[in-house]
Amino acid sequence: MTPALVLDGVSKQFTLRHARSIKNITVRALRRERLRDRFTALDQVSAEVAVGESVALLGTNGSGKSTLLKIISGVLPPDSGRVLVRGRVAGLIEVGAGLHPELTGRENVFLNGAILGMDRAETVAKFDSIVEFADIGAFLDQPVRFYSSGMFMRLAFSIAVHTDPDVFLIDEVLAVGDPLFRDKCIARLTEFRDSGRTMVMVAHDVALLRSLCSRGIFLERGKVVWDGDIDTAADLLVRKRRQRRAALAAGRAPKLG
Amino acid sequence: MSDASGEHPDVASPGPGAAYAPRPVSGMASDPFPDAPTRDAFRQDAPTPGPRDPGPDEPGLREPDAWQADAGLVAPGRGGGLGDVLQRRYLLRLVVRRELRARYQSSLLGFGWSYVRPAAHFAVFYFVAGKFLGMSHRVDHFPIFMFSALVLVSFFNETLINATHAVLGNAALVRKVYLPRELFPVASLLVSLVHLLPGLGIVVAVAAAWGWTPSPAALGSALLGFLIVATLGLGLGLACAALHVFYRDTDKVVDIATLVVTWSVPMIYPWHVVEDTAPHWASELYLANPLAEAVLLFQRAFWWPTTDGTFLFPPHLTRDAVAALAGSVLVLVVGQYVFARLQRRFAEEL
Repeated sequence: MTPALVLDGVSKQFTLRHARSIKNITVRALRRERLRDRFTALDQVSAEVAVGESVALLGTNGSGKSTLLKIISGVLPPDSGRVLVRGRVAGLIEVGAGLHPELTGRENVFLNGAILGMDRAETVAKFDSIVEFADIGAFLDQPVRFYSSGMFMRLAFSIAVHTDPDVFLIDEVLAVGDPLFRDKCIARLTEFRDSGRTMVMVAHDVALLRSLCSRGIFLERGKVVWDGDIDTAADLLVRKRRQRRAALAAGRAPKLG
Repeated sequence: MSDASGEHPDVASPGPGAAYAPRPVSGMASDPFPDAPTRDAFRQDAPTPGPRDPGPDEPGLREPDAWQADAGLVAPGRGGGLGDVLQRRYLLRLVVRRELRARYQSSLLGFGWSYVRPAAHFAVFYFVAGKFLGMSHRVDHFPIFMFSALVLVSFFNETLINATHAVLGNAALVRKVYLPRELFPVASLLVSLVHLLPGLGIVVAVAAAWGWTPSPAALGSALLGFLIVATLGLGLGLACAALHVFYRDTDKVVDIATLVVTWSVPMIYPWHVVEDTAPHWASELYLANPLAEAVLLFQRAFWWPTTDGTFLFPPHLTRDAVAALAGSVLVLVVGQYVFARLQRRFAEEL
């Protein structure tokens, strides 16, 4: 198989600094309190994703899914291990980060397209399709700050899906937006997947993951505990959630993860 | 992809027997999760497979060397520094345009503000230094003497201040999308450059009114002075932008530094005042400042040709200016290095 994405023993630790100013550092040092804590977000994560595969990253809150997605996108470098990707990686990692409120929708299509790696000719060629998919109509030449949150999301999503990446990273973006647009997005992602592109996605909606992905990687406290078919992974997530809910109901403070 | 249909058999009803091709996880039976909900149990049943311990005949898992040899596989986000920025000139142009648009959006004067600020500076310095303190009597054509320096100093200060805030101001992007992060300080430099141009136009127009004509020496001096300031501004700007992500003290320090810069270059007084009043080593130190050299070069370019030519610049102005440029290039190299080192932790710090 041709790998589109290789994760080779990827680890990531975060540092939590408790004090920043000289005064606070001195106070904490005098009280013999810890100045910083390190916690492991990802611990020796290894996986290989083939071209055309669609993979879900699952896990409860704080399991390291989003961190892993950021490492794949290149935003965060791993502390150790290797990440390798083939082709253009684009992320729907919190879409709209590149939309500037003072610019019009039209200007934002070009700017955000360029941020996601499109050149001018490519953006021009896809412009009509982007606008049509976003369905923002007469607001195209209005500054984006006048957009409703739904329109904002639609425009951002539309630009992102039109970048035609080889590896598409999706993080929790389908949680928002009106149901109609959501269906449209899912149809687009299905089409995208069927065209043989690689997808890695994080979502809380188990049913959505089951329908879009064929493989699930379940993370717990930064470690891979299951890498295989999506149904087993999804069942595991459902069970974990039930446990947490039961633990909450029983009044015990649930541990992270 | 030819195998896409095999990978995604049926979206609507993916049965447990779906023909996905996962990496085999050893020891997985048909019921991988018997009711033993502890983490250890999972780990026992499904040991994390990885390239660290690949079975010799595990299908689908390639030797690490094969990845190395595969040129199509690249590490994401491996920053190439300023070179990457040059490769993404189209994006850079859009970011610069965005900065300019956003800055003057919903303002009545718009780009006119880039004239108002230097005009106000000019008026203050002209009346205080030129008239009240009598510089106009000591320096011929004092307005052009001062203004040619002022546009350059403003260019430097604006570059440094904006570059310092460049990464933090784009935190949302830096956190979410990988871009060569040097892009933002470079964009700050270019925005300041756009603001420099009208000021420079006024300098040339006023100088021409006093009989200035372009000459190779004048243009060469101007170019050299500009290069020193741009290089130094970008180098310091890169370092400050990266430091500001970690220590929010940086912009305070930069703020004070710009004040010092404004008064420590021969802008509202001629350079020899320092030599006349300070010990020799102090005036040497004063002239070692690349910005002082750059200001002298701009005065050599635009002001000196309009005078009777009796004003003496420091000896070896050209040699010292070339040395200042070399020093600025060194600052740029160090600034880029600091930025490249620190940018790896930008996303987790922001």
